[in-house]
Amino acid sequence: MSRISEVSAVAAQQGRKLLIPYLVAGDPDLPTTLKLLHKLVADGADMIELGVPFSDPSSDGPVIQRGVERAIAGGTNLAKVLDLVAEFRLQNDSTPIVLMGYLNPVEIMGYEAFASRASDAGVDGVLIVDMPPSESSVLTPLLKGKHIDTIFLVAPTTTASRCAQIVANCSGYLYYVSLKGVTGAALLDTESVRLSIEKLRTMTDLPIVIGFGIKDAASARAMGALSEGVIIGSALVERIEKLPSDDTASAQQLAQVTEVIKTAREALDTL
Amino acid sequence: MGAEDIQRQAPNVYRMKLLGATVVSVDSGSRTLKDAMNEALRDWATNVDSTYYIIGTVAGPHPYPQIVRDFQCIIGRETREQSLAQLGQLPDALVACVGGGSNAIGMFHPFLNDSSVAMYGVEAGGDGVETGRHAAPLSAGVPGVLHGNRTYLMTDSGGQIMETHSVSAGLDYPGVGPEHAWLKDLKRVNYVNATDTEAMKAFHQLTRLEGIIPALESAHAVAYAMRLAATMAPEQSVVINLSGRGDKDIQTVAKLEGLTL
Repeated sequence: MSRISEVSAVAAQQGRKLLIPYLVAGDPDLPTTLKLLHKLVADGADMIELGVPFSDPSSDGPVIQRGVERAIAGGTNLAKVLDLVAEFRLQNDSTPIVLMGYLNPVEIMGYEAFASRASDAGVDGVLIVDMPPSESSVLTPLLKGKHIDTIFLVAPTTTASRCAQIVANCSGYLYYVSLKGVTGAALLDTESVRLSIEKLRTMTDLPIVIGFGIKDAASARAMGALSEGVIIGSALVERIEKLPSDDTASAQQLAQVTEVIKTAREALDTL
Repeated sequence: MGAEDIQRQAPNVYRMKLLGATVVSVDSGSRTLKDAMNEALRDWATNVDSTYYIIGTVAGPHPYPQIVRDFQCIIGRETREQSLAQLGQLPDALVACVGGGSNAIGMFHPFLNDSSVAMYGVEAGGDGVETGRHAAPLSAGVPGVLHGNRTYLMTDSGGQIMETHSVSAGLDYPGVGPEHAWLKDLKRVNYVNATDTEAMKAFHQLTRLEGIIPALESAHAVAYAMRLAATMAPEQSVVINLSGRGDKDIQTVAKLEGLTL
């Protein structure tokens, strides 16, 4: 069983909702990201989605675009993100790390090299936004061979036949995109999300987590009530934007950043 | 439209506005075509219920490259018909510029099964492919994935898309339509390039000799065709795709030559 499935199973048993923060690796710099990873776990994160910076993040809204630009300006690339995960693993062997990003850096590294280096680093899941299931038949088995889950997105516009193809290829958890749009948008329609999740339940036993547009305790609680958990990205990256670079952020400044995760944890724990 | 291109293509922007379009400026990334494509995809994902996504080049997710190619094929079909009528035979060579590659694929596609017709896709060599400052992924790129298609791309060793350079806004794109990548691998089409300097020279020559002001994009095709024609016999024929008018570029040309209009 993968680390993601283990953590999900334990959470399900305890009736605990999964809280999955997203942040961009190397934003504002790699040492700060490492500190934030540990702090997020301390503040209640069950897993972490670590964004791999890519020059053309076409599914991301302005907040994450700026985070990606800061990371790239600091020279962060896929190889350095993998080094960061390996460093995180020296102190944390239990929190799943999911790499979230775009296909080109993986293409350029090479699928086999990526699968093996990700496994060596201690990566648990991979979510590639612009890799549709029909184009995943080479990478997914390579990752599976290394016990790494491949996670896919389901959007409100995804048709039933496409959902069937997605759940057949997806492992770990299913990422439900709460709205039509890019990351960080803010138009949650609880009722339509509820109906979509109900339909997905008939197709898969995978844990379903909801992301895009969850920005605070109230939205986390609303979406957590419909699913196994929530992902919070832009609201966190927006706070990271205020941090100083060059690894100079104080413990207090880091705590201010992760406060949004702490309050979301508290809200989810009331469910 | 990328903010940089809005500057470079001011007359075209004004024409679009005259026709009633709202032109949205994109300030992210390199502020050119690739960033405008990112922003268009974001807008579409957000407003999918009320928006129809269209694109003017043969790049992007399936089926867009195919849709655009099928429309652009009118160029090649007419070329074929007119060649048979005027030359009594097919041309010996076709030359077209390649940015995303729509005019080129439209010209080439109806001739793909005619093995006697040689085809040349001319990329933007910028300052010269050897300088790294160019927009010639078929000449100097590697296969990768951008905007929902796998094709030749200008990308660094970490997989980031590199900024491109070309005097011509329409060729300033780090990728190329996937069908061109396929035709390159098949060796059916020869992909070559012309530098900014060569394109500028061809721009002037065509204007002076024929009274036709070519777009800077198309001037790349003219530049290569002149090189190619010099190696051919006088009775042989070459068709150059003059894909755009240069009226829109006269300010750019004047500026490069230190003139103010």
